[in-house]
Amino acid sequence: MANKIKLGHVHMSGCTGCLVSVADNYLGFIKILDDYADLVYSLTLADVRHIPEMDVALVEGSVCIQDHESVEEIKETRKKSKVVVALGSCASYGNITRFCRGGQHNQPQHESFLPIGNLIDVDVYIPGCPPSPELIRNVAVMAYMLLQGNADQKALADKYLKPLMALAKRGTTACFCDLMNDVINQGLCMGCGTCAASCPVRAITHEFGKPQGQRDLCIKCGSCYGACPRSFFNFDVIPEFETISEIIAGALK
Amino acid sequence: MIADPYLGKYTTCVSARSTDKEILQKAQDGGIVTTLMVYALEQGIIDGAIVAGKGDRPWQPRPFVAMSREDLLKARGTKYNISPQISLLKEATRSFGLDKVGVTGVCCQMQAVRKAQLYPINMRDVPDKIALAVGLFCMENFPYKSMQTIVEDHAGQSLSSVKKMEIGKGKFWVYTERGNVVTLPLKVTHKYEQPGCHVCLDYVSNLGDISTGSVGSPDGWSTVFIRTKVGNDVWSKAVAEGIFETKPIEEVKPGLELVTKLAKEKIDKNRKTVEERKTFGINKALQNPYT
Ligand SMILES: Cc1cc2nc3c(=O)[nH]c(=O)nc-3n(C[C@H](O)[C@H](O)[C@H](O)COP(=O)(O)OP(=O)(O)OC[C@H]3O[C@@H](n4cnc5c(N)ncnc54)[C@H](O)[C@@H]3O)c2cc1C
Ligand code: SF4
Ligand code: SF4
Repeated sequence: MANKIKLGHVHMSGCTGCLVSVADNYLGFIKILDDYADLVYSLTLADVRHIPEMDVALVEGSVCIQDHESVEEIKETRKKSKVVVALGSCASYGNITRFCRGGQHNQPQHESFLPIGNLIDVDVYIPGCPPSPELIRNVAVMAYMLLQGNADQKALADKYLKPLMALAKRGTTACFCDLMNDVINQGLCMGCGTCAASCPVRAITHEFGKPQGQRDLCIKCGSCYGACPRSFFNFDVIPEFETISEIIAGALK
Repeated sequence: MIADPYLGKYTTCVSARSTDKEILQKAQDGGIVTTLMVYALEQGIIDGAIVAGKGDRPWQPRPFVAMSREDLLKARGTKYNISPQISLLKEATRSFGLDKVGVTGVCCQMQAVRKAQLYPINMRDVPDKIALAVGLFCMENFPYKSMQTIVEDHAGQSLSSVKKMEIGKGKFWVYTERGNVVTLPLKVTHKYEQPGCHVCLDYVSNLGDISTGSVGSPDGWSTVFIRTKVGNDVWSKAVAEGIFETKPIEEVKPGLELVTKLAKEKIDKNRKTVEERKTFGINKALQNPYT
């Protein structure tokens, strides 16, 4: 298709789990590459050495600030991309790389890792460790509709992406504490249980219906806060779940 | 398709009751939730359902994944305190290996399910595996200790002697095994409500595939909204097979008028609360999930 968007995967310091999640869309991923996006950059999947111009850059991993090349690459990614997406929790919030103290072979001096939002402006967050294939799929379809769709599709993509863009504006740190600070202490928690389901390390349990976080287990991925229906709940999108799910499924058929 | 600003989108609304006598014995109202889930399980529409079972203390619910009729029946009846149903949403697809998940829960939990479907943040394998979501009407919920205070201090009954609790006709009802019936005016219970419920903008589980509650229908019957294609499929099959008896909602008293009135009361009041939070401090707002 002529109007395919240019999609890239930029690999900073991450475990490739995010990229595996992209690929875990199986036929959906193939469909995206067939009809909606050319994969113009991906160290793992495409034979391109240097960061090209991209419509959408999916950045996996945080940036090691002692690694000159990474720092240059993330800046170049920003300059050459229309939309920068932090793919997964390391790119969004630092996540597990926050716990690095250096000392690993063969670059023991590489010890400080920052989420990409500390070095460049980021447009969209896809939190998760790893991010779910379904959310990646949804964002990919919406990004295509935003850049190449008709007026209705653009409007839908706009309102769908808005809360994920707001997460990108909100900050570069995450913790179970976000639920304490911005949901529980704010009188918003109603004990639905979502946060516990979304936690990849099962750090959250519910006592008498309210979330308790084992803060030592928390890897700072930001999933619980993003997933909580009382962090954001957009009434112009979520109640349309039936139609929107059909649109996404239709696009990938 | 009807789209009501307070009652949400629905294709049909009826008054209904299960025809399964065993389920009805301990159901809260018309046994709609349990009967639907049993039917869906037997038809292979779901592999199991997240329900509010028994917790460690009297009347404390604990979410669990029911995979048999027997399990589903154990969850009958309303527990007026928090059961974090959605904590099992991903677990149901993992530890329990369900491909088709049924979910029961109150309005905010239906909202949580739909958010997890459209914005599956660390919710791998969840969006496409939700097979049937049955929502309850809900004016408010209570923390466990609130419910205990209401029953033990205000109604003067020990929690373990209670057979059923109910909110209806403007009162909180406590029925004990030995036949005591105590009612409390809701103005006594209001202050014990869960604070998070006061920003809740949904009364009749607008986002369920099917939603149900007692309000609007005669005692022992339930008001049922059929909302989505999925909901419509299951419901029409079940009714055709005689699983439920139904009456048009227009033919029962007090009917939709009361449902609408209560929905409006709740949502308007809570909208006001959301507004007031914007000027809670001096030039300081409280968080607003809806912007
Ligand atoms: C907190 C709460 C407030 C409610 N407020 C209203 C109201 O204002 N007006 C109204 O008309 N109806 C209200 N209901 C719904 C009503 O009490 C009945 O639950 C509903 O009519 C279903 O009855 P049934 O006979 O079909 O269900 P049953 O067949 O008896 O099954 C009950 C189902 O409810 C679920 N359940 C029980 N307790 C909880 C809980 N704490 N959290 C989540 N799920 C639970 C169980 O999983 C079970 O599957 C409320 C329910 C709850 C839990
Ligand atoms: S997801 Fe949010 S509202 Fe639900 S229990 Fe957790 S903190 Fe409370
Ligand atoms: S009132 Fe709303 S927030 Fe509170 S339990 Fe009921 S549905 Fe949830």
